[in-house]
Amino acid sequence: MRRRNVLPGLPLSLGVTLFYVGLIVVLPLAALVIKAASLGPEDYWRIISSSRALASYRVTVLSALGATIFNLFFGLALAWVITRYRFPGRRIVDAMVDLPFALPTAVAGIALTALFANNGWFGSVLEGFGIKVAYTPLGIMIAMCFTSLPFIVRTVQPVLEDLDPALEEAAQSLGGSDWSIFRKVILPLLAPALLAGVSLSFARCLGEFGAIIFIAGNQPMSTEITALLIFIRLEEYDYQAAAAIASVLLLTAFFMLAVTNWLQARALRYTVKG
Amino acid sequence: MKIRLENVVKTFETFRAVKDVSLDIESGELVALLGPSGSGKTTILRMVAGLEYSDGGTIHFGDQDATDIPVRDRGVGFVFQHYALFPHMTVADNIAFGMKVSKVKRDKAAIDARVADLLRLVRLEGLGDRFPAQISGGQRQRVALARALAVDPKVLLLDEPFGALDANVRRDLRRWLREIHSELGITTLFVTHDQEEALDLADRVVILKDGQIVQQGTPEKVCRDPQSAFVMRFLGDANVIAADVRDGRAYAGDVSVEASGVADGRAELYARPADLDWAQAGPGIAAKITRVLDRPDGRRVLAETQAGEALEFDVEPERILNAGETGFVTLRRAKVFAI
Amino acid sequence: MSASVSTRRKPPRVGDTPVFRRTLIGIVLFLVAFVIVAPLIIIGVEAFAKGWAVYRDTIIHPDTQHAIMLTVLAALIAVPVNTVFGISAAWAITKFDFWGKRFLLVVIEIPFSVSPIVAGVAYLFVYGLQGLFGPLLDAWDIKILFAIPGIIIASMFVTAPFVARELIPLMQAQGRDLEEAATSLGASGWRTFFAVTLPNVKWALLYGVILCNARVMGEFGAVSVVSGNIRGQTNTLPLHIELLYHDYQAAGAFASASILALIAVFTIIAKVALERQGAGRVRKQANPAEKTS
Repeated sequence: MRRRNVLPGLPLSLGVTLFYVGLIVVLPLAALVIKAASLGPEDYWRIISSSRALASYRVTVLSALGATIFNLFFGLALAWVITRYRFPGRRIVDAMVDLPFALPTAVAGIALTALFANNGWFGSVLEGFGIKVAYTPLGIMIAMCFTSLPFIVRTVQPVLEDLDPALEEAAQSLGGSDWSIFRKVILPLLAPALLAGVSLSFARCLGEFGAIIFIAGNQPMSTEITALLIFIRLEEYDYQAAAAIASVLLLTAFFMLAVTNWLQARALRYTVKG
Repeated sequence: MKIRLENVVKTFETFRAVKDVSLDIESGELVALLGPSGSGKTTILRMVAGLEYSDGGTIHFGDQDATDIPVRDRGVGFVFQHYALFPHMTVADNIAFGMKVSKVKRDKAAIDARVADLLRLVRLEGLGDRFPAQISGGQRQRVALARALAVDPKVLLLDEPFGALDANVRRDLRRWLREIHSELGITTLFVTHDQEEALDLADRVVILKDGQIVQQGTPEKVCRDPQSAFVMRFLGDANVIAADVRDGRAYAGDVSVEASGVADGRAELYARPADLDWAQAGPGIAAKITRVLDRPDGRRVLAETQAGEALEFDVEPERILNAGETGFVTLRRAKVFAI
Repeated sequence: MSASVSTRRKPPRVGDTPVFRRTLIGIVLFLVAFVIVAPLIIIGVEAFAKGWAVYRDTIIHPDTQHAIMLTVLAALIAVPVNTVFGISAAWAITKFDFWGKRFLLVVIEIPFSVSPIVAGVAYLFVYGLQGLFGPLLDAWDIKILFAIPGIIIASMFVTAPFVARELIPLMQAQGRDLEEAATSLGASGWRTFFAVTLPNVKWALLYGVILCNARVMGEFGAVSVVSGNIRGQTNTLPLHIELLYHDYQAAGAFASASILALIAVFTIIAKVALERQGAGRVRKQANPAEKTS
């Protein structure tokens, strides 16, 4: 069977793409996996299940969970306000949502630390209520909230914009209250996008490094995130341990990528035109 | 330019879009490829253009084997279904594009003059500076045609040329395309799913079903002598009446029609609404009128036979008929196909 | 007159009651000020906390200057390379069908999901002494890690998908008709790309380039693993900020940070401007009836 293409440029463009992806993305990740695999299963297990590593997983996952739950509500409210209401400054707020993406994480890290340190603007006020943020798990959570906020807003916003007003009108004509319409009509339509945003946001929190290390305190067993533990193992020249723990983060990232892709495919279900 | 397709085959993934199609198109002819969606008509057109490559068979342009010639060297003018006008270029730049990229270098004045000629030909003088988004659908269609003609194609190919337009714009453009064709005499092949469009416009109609040609001929030939129940149904409204064939005649009720070549046994009788009439007395097929519909060009009667078959036919507006009346449906002419 | 009456009488949509509306806007604006605006402001405040002179001294200090140069250099290499890659990937993926296309799409997105630290570590195991090519590179005396090439390659990994993922959905939506039309009119592949494809995706391309640039200039995690943090040699701006910060030179750190914050603000402004371009164009095409009379 003859198989040719009508448009030109497949060999060149696909060649460049595969070469680049191979060299820049696949090769290093493969090298990491090979390095981690060169440890025997026992050593590997011993390293990734050491108490310090387990503590780092715990603080990373719990902070990421907390940050994502906060962003779920805040992100949804933010998306709702900028798509449904007209008020002065709306466009500026809309643009500002991208700041966490645009601002380098190290810059965000020192800015948040300055705000939440004992003598900072927010830190000093919170101290009065007995709440410490900087150098505690709460600080980690706040840094994660900041860097992952845009994910949920930006996945929910387009769906909210495209929501057919007739659906709400239909529900109103059937006698639904605002709350029941939101719960039974709007929320189910937003749910796939919301879930996709949540998984993106959670994945970002798990891998975040720059914004966190300034505010976290970095005490082993309590405020040391997994990414930092990898970094510390490197500085100790314990490359095998670094490889092993990095492979755990890598596998988690792949798992989250699979979950996100699945959720996004589901999110498209309603928009696919028949 | 004469076009010849021989045993052309095209398969997508596992789906056979075109199965062994052979077709000759004479120089200067205007041919319609007509068929329902999925019949392979657009795939055939795109293979003639070189926008798809066939998996088997050959395509000749004149004496030249064009099967393997890529689209940019094939010298065809292709009008896309949704026009594919370059949105960032003006109408004039769209039309000039083919001349500008051509290996034959032309100076700017020659290109401008040709663009002006073409704008006149498609009756869009003065719209050269507009962008495609600023003109109407019918105008875009004509720009697409001018752009295709600008490269002096050997063959003009149009994919559902009027598909996206309103009914009255369609009718105007149809007549106008016919005029352009007789003016330029260029071999033209177009695809449509609209039988009226094919019959109005084409010298010859090629009817496709499931990737195969089921019948081809002049509009007169395919209308008057459909070779299959599919063609009969596809070309227009048809009444279907169960019949029995014995010795070359088909019997329904107490009427019979000629059915030479149809095997004895059960068959179906096909008749256009204009081929039936109504009579108070037999011979005919006993029926009862269920509804009378009034239309600007006549009166349509819906009736039901005793066997429960729904029939439709037209009578002169002066004939007074009422729902509930019983009588006989008579046949002026009909086609018989075995089941 | 009657129109204004009828709009006023239009029944409220869900969540349109004034009390709810004002409360929600209030809460959201408060949180935005708290979470997003405050960090931006504190950078400016802290940068000038010790006065203009200290700010200026930080910026013109040779180490800062060198960090700026290195950051710009990384961007000047990584951004064009990723742009070429993004265009190639988008062309291959949207203009052709081939086996494994969906898988390729996922692989291209991987750098977004992988922690920058993991990326940095992974590069260590390719070019480091412990890595696949380390001994070979060492024998030839080629330094990639703890040197400028490492910084640039790590930046390329982190930002690889930016241009591709802006172009792919747009070019997918635009289909292949325009390119087929150009080709049928006799245009070559390059001509088709530059005269037909590129003008129709230029805003999306620029959008991807700007986001890619912002990320290259701001990348911290991956770069901090592979750079070796040699002051005045392998420090990019974000690394320089960390160094100053841990040296208890907060004002200096914030002064350097203010440069990056400024770039971030410009990035957002450019993004909004480009979104208007893109949005306007798409709307005009989607609704041809909305033509200039």
